[in-house]
Amino acid sequence: MAVKIQPNKTPMKEQEPEVRIKNFNEVALGYTEEEAVKEAERCLQCRVPMCVKGCPVQIDIPAFIREIRNRNFEKAAEIIKRYNNLPAICGRVCPQENQCEATCVVGKMKDHEPVAIGRLERFVADWEAENVGLKLPKLPDKRPQKVAVIGAGPGGITCAADLAKMGYEVTIFEAFHEPGGVLIYGIPEFRLPKKIVKREMDYIRALGVNIVTDVVVGRSITMQEILDEYDAVYIGIGAGAPKFMGIPGTNLIGVFSASEILTRVNLMRAYDFPNYDTPVKKGSKVMVVGAGNVAMDAARTALRLGAKEVTIVYRRSEKEMPARIEEYHHALEEGIKFKWLTQPVRYIGDENGKLVAVECIKMELGEPDASGRRRPIPIEGSNFIMEVDMAIEAIGQGPQKILLQNFPELKLNKWGYIEVDPETCATNIPGVYAGGDIVTGAATVIEAMGAGKRAAKAIHEYLSSKVIGHKT
Amino acid sequence: MFRILKKRRLAYGTHDFWVEAPEVAQHAQPGQFVVVRIHQYGERIPLTIADSADDAIRLVVKAVGKTTYELCSLKEGDELADVVGPLGHPSEMGKFGHVMMVGGGVGIAAIYPIAKKLKDHGNRVTVILGGRTAEQVIMRDEFRFADRILITTDDGSLGIKGVVTDAMKKVLEEDTVDVAWAIGPTIMMKFCALLAKEYALKIWTSLNPIMVDGTGMCGACRVTVGGEIKFACVDGPEFDGRLVDWDELLKRLTIYQKEEKEALEKYLKKVGEPSWL
Ligand SMILES: Cc1cc2nc3c(=O)[nH]c(=O)nc-3n(C[C@H](O)[C@H](O)[C@H](O)COP(=O)(O)OP(=O)(O)OC[C@H]3O[C@@H](n4cnc5c(N)ncnc54)[C@H](O)[C@@H]3O)c2cc1C
Ligand SMILES: Cc1cc2nc3c(=O)[nH]c(=O)nc-3n(C[C@H](O)[C@H](O)[C@H](O)COP(=O)(O)OP(=O)(O)OC[C@H]3O[C@@H](n4cnc5c(N)ncnc54)[C@H](O)[C@@H]3O)c2cc1C
Ligand code: SF4
Ligand code: FES
Repeated sequence: MAVKIQPNKTPMKEQEPEVRIKNFNEVALGYTEEEAVKEAERCLQCRVPMCVKGCPVQIDIPAFIREIRNRNFEKAAEIIKRYNNLPAICGRVCPQENQCEATCVVGKMKDHEPVAIGRLERFVADWEAENVGLKLPKLPDKRPQKVAVIGAGPGGITCAADLAKMGYEVTIFEAFHEPGGVLIYGIPEFRLPKKIVKREMDYIRALGVNIVTDVVVGRSITMQEILDEYDAVYIGIGAGAPKFMGIPGTNLIGVFSASEILTRVNLMRAYDFPNYDTPVKKGSKVMVVGAGNVAMDAARTALRLGAKEVTIVYRRSEKEMPARIEEYHHALEEGIKFKWLTQPVRYIGDENGKLVAVECIKMELGEPDASGRRRPIPIEGSNFIMEVDMAIEAIGQGPQKILLQNFPELKLNKWGYIEVDPETCATNIPGVYAGGDIVTGAATVIEAMGAGKRAAKAIHEYLSSKVIGHKT
Repeated sequence: MFRILKKRRLAYGTHDFWVEAPEVAQHAQPGQFVVVRIHQYGERIPLTIADSADDAIRLVVKAVGKTTYELCSLKEGDELADVVGPLGHPSEMGKFGHVMMVGGGVGIAAIYPIAKKLKDHGNRVTVILGGRTAEQVIMRDEFRFADRILITTDDGSLGIKGVVTDAMKKVLEEDTVDVAWAIGPTIMMKFCALLAKEYALKIWTSLNPIMVDGTGMCGACRVTVGGEIKFACVDGPEFDGRLVDWDELLKRLTIYQKEEKEALEKYLKKVGEPSWL
């Protein structure tokens, strides 16, 4: 195909930065049909599509892009849905620059951006929701076995949906009052509108999955009770327990975990206080510690709550920043400041226990560490003070202990996450499977989904073999 | 939805509920709590499980702000949007010998299930109940199982005129105590803990920091105990009071003072006089 390819991605309309920092509405507004077709035409339809190799669930990307080009949007949606139950979500939050778009052949050409696969995925999913609506697959006859899924994050709901489509009776137990996991309580409205998550939950329910909220497994119901009642279990409880650096002054008023701020704002709708009862602190000068997606979300949330100045401090440099690139760009456009190679060492409070400043130290990069990234080393004597009235730590999360303490038989790895066979997600206990952040540590939506899919397949094989075992 | 089966007023501003919550009721143990959300606009607030039977749990609520005012306005048959639990570690149980149980205000309800179970374990149980006035010394008839009951009121309208630590001192001077519990307002627990320290007495206190999820996922509830940061919802809520940094906890309870006031004012403007309290 000797067509000339546009070097850049077809731009997507966005809310202007000065407007969007005053609201919680979605920043990126999506493609029109024309824009989508135009972008689809940048795809080379490679015979050996490198993009698919980069996709954690191996979506047949050239096939769905071809259907967009031919304006068969419904067909395009059907192709994606074979691999990915949550395309409207993944199109918005996947780190495409490290996945499909990283390996896309067009992106390897000099001065060319890769095909905007994520934007096209989002377009197709939104188009389908708007023009086709909820379309249920034909469900097979009910099977006699019951499966329990613990945690209604992307992994749990994917596993539940796949099992329901095979005819199993599936119950999801979720600790919070709303299902969705991080999609509901973590990722903000301005990146992922909650109505999209709710739409997916409606679909899961329509498949016959029973979602029970307000149940903390290990407390409201024990693992033993679940094992007694269900034929198989998938554990997808995520890694939601916030970590703190533990520096002096951590419990001052004004120091928060990103999880607290985001939960208040997203799950509890604190941005609409007092129409909603849950309050959230609004900082004026805010420091956010860390440079992953969680840090970006916390920083941009603080800004929208009315902060005058938000600064992200990160102990490594821009190059090592783990956040999704689009979020970083959006944060820059919105006026978030970045202080690289900087590490807080002490919070300073006033006599009422309120945060007034943070002492930081400058860092330099040394030899690569275990993660392959250059290790940050403090520069002696480079300490300085930053005056802030709010500090938000977004330095990572660990496993939530409630279920694990209630189920000590479960084998964990040395980091405290559940050990599984990566192919099948099987744990050391027969019939118990696990996946997502509780296995890998904080990772991505698509990886959690992939695990949910693999586990559903393995659970099906396990239960099928058990039935045969019974008969003979 | 979680239905209110029974409700009555124990004292001005303090109401006693039985709420249908089968899973919680079947697993609840003394010392644990639930997180309640009244309706879809509501805040998640922690409340101690004061008792449980069959499919229902008992909650005793003191109206101090928007959510608890509104909760106290609900009637039998009304439903709560969410009740999650039981959360937190149960109280340490066993036969310790002589136990001293100190309850202040609405904390009396939290002391009740623990004292009862300790009695079942064969302990000698001394109960100290305190309130500002006689009316505020709630549930005192329900402690008949105790071996000894002392009551204190600030105004002297019942029992000893004074505060619970006065009664504690009296008991500690007359008798040996093996372990104690003190649950009530933070400031009360602080002084009970200070006194217990003088007598080298282990004293469990149930901390009541501001919480959001109640499952260890936000860190709002962090407290300093023995120099370490703990999440009260999953590491507690009970800690040895002698090790707690009380002044820090008291400060942290003021974080949302401005917003709490705003929410209550807005609510009262909408509903008028809270005659139901
Ligand atoms: C703020 C933030 C932003 C992020 N941004 C991105 C992004 O842009 N792109 C991306 O790909 N990834 C992102 N991530 C990571 C991604 O969200 C996670 O990797 C993914 O959600 C993990 O899915 P999961 O199914 O393992 O669990 P989770 O989504 O964590 O869900 C687990 C669920 O289990 C429930 N649960 C926990 N314990 C129990 C129990 N004992 N009983 C019952 N239920 C329980 C929890 O309440 C929760 O709802 C972000 C994460 C955060 C926090
Ligand atoms: C583990 C635990 C168990 C509890 N058990 C009970 C119980 O059994 N019965 C009961 O009536 N209350 C109990 N509380 C306290 C109860 O959760 C609060 O009173 C409630 O959240 C206040 O909500 P509000 O909107 O009515 O008041 P707000 O407007 O939020 O607060 C009004 C006033 O109450 C204070 N306050 C706010 N939160 C708390 C808190 N967590 N503890 C103490 N004071 C607070 C504020 O500082 C303010 O002065 C418990 C708290 C915890 C953490
Ligand atoms: S690698 Fe890029 S150009 Fe090739 S098929 Fe995939 S999206 Fe199209
Ligand atoms: S209340 Fe959120 S961690 Fe304890």
